[in-house]
Amino acid sequence: MNKRFEAYNYPDATGHFGQYGGTFVAETLQAALLELNLEYAKAQADPAFIAEFQRELKHYVGRPSPIYHAKRLSDELGGAQIYLKREDLNHTGAHKINNTIGQALLARRMGKPRVIAETGAGQHGVASATVAARYGLECVVYMGIDDVRRQAQNVYRMKLLGATVMPVESGSRTLKDALNEAMRDWVTNVESTFYIIGTVAGPHPYPMMVRDFNSVVGKECVVQMPEMIGRQPDAVLACVGGGSNAMGIFFDYIPHDTVRLIGCEAGGEGVETGKHSASLTAGTPGVLHGNRTYLLQDVNGQIIDTHSVSAGLDYPGVGPEHAWLKDSGRAEYVAVNDDEALAAFHRLCRTEGIIPALESSHAVAQAMKMAPAMSKDQVLLVNLSGRGDKDMATVAERSGLQFFCRPSCQAAAESR
Amino acid sequence: MTGTSRIDAAFARLQTEKRKALIPFITVGDPALAVTVPLMHEMVRAGVDVIELGVPFSDPMADGPVIQRASERAVKQGVGLRDVLACVAEFRQRNTTTPIVLMGYANPIERMGLDVFADAAVVAGVDGVLVVDYPPEESAALLAAMDSRGIATIYLLSPTSSPARIKLVSEAARGYVYYVSLKGVTGAGNIDTEEVGRKIAEIKTQIKIPVGVGFGIRDGMTAKLISNAADAVVIGSRIVQEIESAPPEKVVENVGKLVASFRFAMDA
Repeated sequence: MNKRFEAYNYPDATGHFGQYGGTFVAETLQAALLELNLEYAKAQADPAFIAEFQRELKHYVGRPSPIYHAKRLSDELGGAQIYLKREDLNHTGAHKINNTIGQALLARRMGKPRVIAETGAGQHGVASATVAARYGLECVVYMGIDDVRRQAQNVYRMKLLGATVMPVESGSRTLKDALNEAMRDWVTNVESTFYIIGTVAGPHPYPMMVRDFNSVVGKECVVQMPEMIGRQPDAVLACVGGGSNAMGIFFDYIPHDTVRLIGCEAGGEGVETGKHSASLTAGTPGVLHGNRTYLLQDVNGQIIDTHSVSAGLDYPGVGPEHAWLKDSGRAEYVAVNDDEALAAFHRLCRTEGIIPALESSHAVAQAMKMAPAMSKDQVLLVNLSGRGDKDMATVAERSGLQFFCRPSCQAAAESR
Repeated sequence: MTGTSRIDAAFARLQTEKRKALIPFITVGDPALAVTVPLMHEMVRAGVDVIELGVPFSDPMADGPVIQRASERAVKQGVGLRDVLACVAEFRQRNTTTPIVLMGYANPIERMGLDVFADAAVVAGVDGVLVVDYPPEESAALLAAMDSRGIATIYLLSPTSSPARIKLVSEAARGYVYYVSLKGVTGAGNIDTEEVGRKIAEIKTQIKIPVGVGFGIRDGMTAKLISNAADAVVIGSRIVQEIESAPPEKVVENVGKLVASFRFAMDA
């Protein structure tokens, strides 16, 4: 074990990961964050809370999720063995539910009858609406109006689950603006409302709390891998937008210094084109959404529009712990382009019978890139963070097919 | 006179005149960069005591829809922190007494670099800086940079601020403290003037510099009621709304009239 990381104990008491993280929010929210901090610390120290969380993960989510040896894919590539952590098999189809259960239990414990959430692709919105239904909480989900149009199916799922979806028309009308709007709601309704942030970003304690709730993923892997192959993998790969599934699987591997940690950002149409969401690869440090981290910004410090084929990675910032892991050298971050992710998506469908989320396809693509150059006894563990059912329309459209018509293309067809 | 001392002088003069400060907020570059300095001079003519200039930012998390739209209009025209400083410098050619406070978010300042910004702010003639997402815990570097150059770092307090937080702010705050009069974002409604009065009395047991009140003050009568308890009244969204709705050629005139009406009500 590497001494430097064996006693890894971030964030510090003030919520910082080195120079990153922190509590960069207006005074109006400071009291709420302080309350959340205290209540979260109490809950973590309460065996009854932990036991309930674990019971829910087992019986409601279906944990532990299995690890699957993608043998046909590995054989085709002719190099390292690729293993998939099957978060796609969770209830609601992604890792997001781990965190929303934790936060909803906390909301209930704090006596908050109303939860709010922001969402991009809609996965976190669905996961929040799901747990709100499960625990009898009122739920409002903020979603950029462009995303509402692009992800009509998830909007409908949230409505079926009893949530109110609020379209956000400000700014770039996507995930970052939904987050702004959710913060504005929270500051206005702070006494009755718990804000369920969906990724490892936002002001302290969110990056730590969301990581902790998702770290069940890595905890399971650290036990499962030796059972399957007698040792830990050579590398762990995960896609990174805000970075919650990556922190979830990385966290317990941080002290294992022989295990490389590789975060796969959305390279979009190519980092050199400017149309991407690779904040760690191509961004610079700054302050957004309550924390200091790497951001995609212009010379005036304005946050710039991002692009990715996967809405879940389409975010101009990244969790502050990833910024720290990058600077410290413990984790590596690479950009994977849209076309590479799509190719990996199709290949996994056909070689393994698994339809991955477009987000997770970025990590699969990176594994496919690395595997051929490695030996057959080396092992890559990929966090398959979600399933691709939600991406049918996007992939069909990319393939020139239109039978999964979105409202936007329906409107276009009608106007012809 | 510059910086914190220009703010202190303005409040000292108001105290001898037994009047309360009227502080308008406009976003630089809204509706257009060329209108900002004429607007500033017109507001001074109409009787304001300090001017808060909004630095455009793409993600104004603490602002309501009105100021968000102002920020969007300015960002769309490419207006940034450098333009804000240029406006202050231009304003200072004709006015050396009215304090100017920049109000905005941390990221544009961090992008420019704290020391580069601090030096440029002194040269331009900026007197105070209010960074919404820099609470005292996160702004030791800003405070040191501003203190060393004689510029006031201004902090927010809110209805949810505990006595411990009021104390924290009291140690860092220079110039004046900005009390956010309600839970919510800028421009929200339903201000409770009695409640504001009680909270200001509580704040004043710990804060010895002037206390201004803003967020949700939309008419002269409310401004008057608030000014009974506070040292300053900040009018933001109501003015920005006027800028948004006035025909381009009438913006300066209409804002002047609106500001004068607040002045009249507060002095009555």
